Amino acid sequence: MKEYETVIGLEVHVELATKTKIFCGCSTAFGAAPNTQTCPVCTGMPGSLPVLNKQVLEYAIAVGLAANCDITRYSKFDRKNYFYPDNPQNYQISQLYLPICRNGGVEIETEDGGTKIIGIHEIHMEEDAGKLIHDDWEDCSLVDFNRSGVPLIEIVSEPDMRSAKEVIAYLEKLRLIIQYLGASDCKLQEGSMRADVNLSVRPVGEKGFGTRTEMKNLNSFKAISRAIEGEAERQIDLIESGEKVIQETRRWDDAKGESYAMRSKEDAQDYRYFPDPDLAPVVVSDEMLADIRARQPEFRNEKMKRYKEEFDIPDYDIEIITGSKHMADLFEAAAAICRQPKKVSNWLMVETMRLMKEKEVEAEDLRFSPENLAKLIMLTDSKAINSTVAKEVFEVMFDANVDPEQYVEEKGLKTVNDEGALRRTVEEVIAANPQSVADYHNGKEKAIGFLVGQTMKAMKGKADPASVNRILKELL
Amino acid sequence: MSIMDMTAVELSAAIKSGATTAVEAAQIMLDQIEKQDAVYNCYVTVDREGALKQAEEVQARIESGECSGPLAGVPAAIKDNMCIEGMLTTCSSKILSNFVPAYTAEAVLNLKKAGAVILGKANMDEFAMGSTTETSAYGVTRNPWDTDRVPGGSSGGCAAAVAADECFYALGSDTGGSIRQPASYCGTVGMKPTYGTVSRYGLIAYGSSLDQIGPLTKDVTDCAAGLQTIASHDVKDSTSIERGDTDFMSALIDDVRGMRIGIPRDYFGEGLDEEVKEAVLRAAKELEQRGAAVEEFDLSLTEYAIPTYYTIAAAEASSNLERFDGIKYGYRAGDYSGLHNMYKKTRSEGFGEEVKRRIMLGSFVLSSGYYDAYYLKALRVKALIKKAFDDAFSKYDVILGPVAPTTAPRLGSSLADPIKMYLGDIYTIAVNLAGLPAISLPCGADRNGLPIGLQLIGDCFQEKKLIQTAYTYEKIRGAFPSAGKKEVE
Repeated sequence: MKEYETVIGLEVHVELATKTKIFCGCSTAFGAAPNTQTCPVCTGMPGSLPVLNKQVLEYAIAVGLAANCDITRYSKFDRKNYFYPDNPQNYQISQLYLPICRNGGVEIETEDGGTKIIGIHEIHMEEDAGKLIHDDWEDCSLVDFNRSGVPLIEIVSEPDMRSAKEVIAYLEKLRLIIQYLGASDCKLQEGSMRADVNLSVRPVGEKGFGTRTEMKNLNSFKAISRAIEGEAERQIDLIESGEKVIQETRRWDDAKGESYAMRSKEDAQDYRYFPDPDLAPVVVSDEMLADIRARQPEFRNEKMKRYKEEFDIPDYDIEIITGSKHMADLFEAAAAICRQPKKVSNWLMVETMRLMKEKEVEAEDLRFSPENLAKLIMLTDSKAINSTVAKEVFEVMFDANVDPEQYVEEKGLKTVNDEGALRRTVEEVIAANPQSVADYHNGKEKAIGFLVGQTMKAMKGKADPASVNRILKELL
Repeated sequence: MSIMDMTAVELSAAIKSGATTAVEAAQIMLDQIEKQDAVYNCYVTVDREGALKQAEEVQARIESGECSGPLAGVPAAIKDNMCIEGMLTTCSSKILSNFVPAYTAEAVLNLKKAGAVILGKANMDEFAMGSTTETSAYGVTRNPWDTDRVPGGSSGGCAAAVAADECFYALGSDTGGSIRQPASYCGTVGMKPTYGTVSRYGLIAYGSSLDQIGPLTKDVTDCAAGLQTIASHDVKDSTSIERGDTDFMSALIDDVRGMRIGIPRDYFGEGLDEEVKEAVLRAAKELEQRGAAVEEFDLSLTEYAIPTYYTIAAAEASSNLERFDGIKYGYRAGDYSGLHNMYKKTRSEGFGEEVKRRIMLGSFVLSSGYYDAYYLKALRVKALIKKAFDDAFSKYDVILGPVAPTTAPRLGSSLADPIKMYLGDIYTIAVNLAGLPAISLPCGADRNGLPIGLQLIGDCFQEKKLIQTAYTYEKIRGAFPSAGKKEVE
C-alpha cells in the first residue's frame, strides 16, 4: 500500500457574544421561551429591514487582527438564497464577495515540537438561523426564531492541516484568541463554536489535491479527531480498492463512530448570492481600525511572558493558567487582592484542577470569584481555618461561589485558638490513650500522629494541627 | 369653496381656522368612496371606523395646538404595500390576503404624527409589479377620467383616488415610475424623492435598491407638504440618509429665471405620442418664456435603462419575495404533501402571472453561470447611467421630458404584451437606477381629454429645484380640473 497524506481545511463558525442580534435589537440570551426574543426583522416580516450591529463588526475585525488577517476596508453583505423553514426570509445574510477579513494565519505547535502557520483564507460575518423542533405528539414541526439573527463569524482556513492533532491545535489556538478577545465563549458542546472538516487524501509527495468531503456535526474535540481518522481511512480504502471519492457533505454520528453521506455535489443548491441591497457597504475607517487595534487585549504569549517576569510561579503553572482566559483573569484578580500569587496559583493548579476533573467542569465555566478565593487564602494565612477546613470550604465555593468568611462563620469552622481549651482536650486524649503514650515514650515517633488525629477529632477539625503538636510534645 | 374642491393644504388650513373639522372631511371622503369606489376600485381596504376615530383624535390635537403641520387633519390613502399595524396589508396579492402587520411603516408613522387621517389601503399592481394596476388580485382600478382605461401603475389606486376625490393625497411607492406614471395618467402630481430621503422601513420591498416612497397629490404645494412630512432619517433603514434640507415647502417659489433646463433628445424619439410630445415641449417653451434657459442635449444610454432595470429589479424581487412561503404568515395552499410541495403549491397559487414572471427572470439572472453576464453587467450599466446624469447635471438644474410615451391605455391592452408594457417605462426608470428625484405633473390633455404628464428630473438632493420649477409651471398652466367632479355613469 502507498503511503497517504491527509489534507484538512476547516470552516469554523463562532457565535459572537454580543448582547443583541446582528441586524436587530433583540436579545441573544440563551434559553428564553420560544419566540420571545424576536421582532419583525429576525422573523422576516414583510417590510422589515436589517441594520448592522456595530459590535459584530468590531469583534470580527478584532479576531481578524489577532489572526494576522488583512482587514477589508470596503466590505459588503450578500444574500445566500435557499428555502428552509428555520430561515425566515429564505435567504441568509452573509458575506461572499467581499468578506471582512482575508489572508491571515495563526501559528500552532506541531507534534515534533516545531511550529507551523495555518493559513486563514477569510473571516466573514453572517446571521444564524432559527431552530426547528419536531413535535412528535402533534406530528408537526415548530420553529423558534430566538436564535435567528444571532451573529456568527465563519473562519475559513487554508487546507494546511495534515493530522487530527494539528486540527485540534489550530482549534484550540482560535478558541484561545477569541476567548481572550471576549468575542465568544467558544463552546463546542453548546454550539457556540462549530467546526466543519474538509478532508482529502493524496499519496505522499503528490502536489495536487484529492477529492474532498465535508464533515458536519462535530460537537467535541474527541469527535473531530475520531471523524478525521475515520474519514481519512475511508477515503484511502476507497482509493486502494480502485473506487473514487465522491465530493459530498457527510454527517458524523459520534455514537456509531461513523459518517454517512448527506448530499453530493450534484444536489448542491445554487444559492444565487448577490449583494444585499438593504445594507450599506461596510467601510472601515482608519480611525476605527486604529481604535480596535488599540483596544486589543494582552494575548496568551504576551501574558505568559509577563507572568514569568512578575510572578514567582513555575512555567508549567503559567502555561496552564494562561491556557484559559477566565482562569488567567481569576488568577490576576485574586493575586491582586491577597498579594499571594504563589498561593493563588497553587489553589488553581491543585484543588481547582482536581475538582474540574472530578466534576467535568471547563476552565471557562469556573464559578467562584477571585474575591472569594483571595478571602479563603487570607483566612488560612491568618490561621483562622486550617488547611483541611480550607479544602472543604473551597469545594463548596467551587460549586456555589459562597463567601468563605460567611460560610466559616455560619458553619462554625473557625480554628479554636483558646489555648486552655486545647490543652484540656490534649490532656483528655493523653489520659484516654495510655498505649500510644507508652509507644511514644518507647521511641515510636509515629504514635504522636495518632494522638494529633484524636485531638483533631475531639476538636471537630477546628484546631490548628501545629499547635496541637506543640502542646502534645510539651505534655508528653 | 366646497371641501372637495380644496387641496390638502387648503383643507388643513380650513380645519385649523374652524371652518370645517377633520371629522367632517373624513366623512365626506368616506361618502365619496361609498358612492363611487364600486366603479373605480381605488381601495383594497377602507377603514371607516378607524378613519373617523383618528379624525376625532386629530381634531382634538389640532384644537389643543399640539398638531399644526400643513397636512394636519387631512384624510389620506396609503398604497397597500406599506405596513400599518392592525390593518390588512396585501400588496394586492393573494399570498398576503390575510396578512395584518404588527407594526407601522416609518413613512406612515411620520404622517400620523403630523395629523393625517388614514382612510385605507390603495389598490396597486401585485407587489408593485406592473404599469396598469391590472395585476392586482383584488380587481383592476379604473381611471376616473375614462373608466375604460387604466389608471397606470403600480400606484394606480393612489392616483385614481386623488383624481376621483376619494382622498386628498396618497402615499405611493416608485421603483421604476410607479408614482409618476399613474400620476400622469390620472392628472395628479406625483413625486419620487432622492433614494434614501424617505425611510423604506415597513414598505414591502420589490426592488430594494430602487424603491422609494413619495406623495401623490392634487397640486405641487401639496406635494411639497407631503414630502416634507414623510422625509426623515431613520436608523431602522440602513439606506436612509440624514439630510437637513427637507423643508420642501420653502421651495414653492414662482420664479424660474436662470434655471437651466435640459431637454434630452433621447426622450423625444420613436414611440412617443405626438400629442404628448407637443404638450411637453409647449411646457418647456412656457418655462423658457418665464426666464429659464432651455436647451436640448443628448443624455445617452436611454435604450439600456429598460433591460438594466428589469435585470436588477427582478433579481432583487426574486430574493425579496422568498419570504412569502406559507410558513409564517399569509396564504398557504390547502392541500399539499410535505414541505417542498407546500412551498411549491403555496407560491404557485399565491402569486399572479406577472410576479411569477419576474421571480423567474430574477432567479435566472442571479443563477450561477449567468450572474456575471446579466446581474453584474446590469450593475455596471447602472453606474454608467448614473454617470450620464451626473454629466447632464453639471450643465442643467432640471431635465424636462415626458413621463410616459402615451396617455392612459385601454384596460386589457397592456398585459397581453409584457415587453410593450415594459417599454412604456422608458422615461421613468433611469431615474430610479440613478437614485434621482423626479416629479410628474399635468401639462395638458389629449384629444380624448386624457391628462398628459410632464416630468422634471433633478440631481440627487435637488428636490427644491424641481418643486420650484413645477410650482412656477403650475402657475403658468392654471388650475387643472379634477376628474372626481364628473358623475359616475
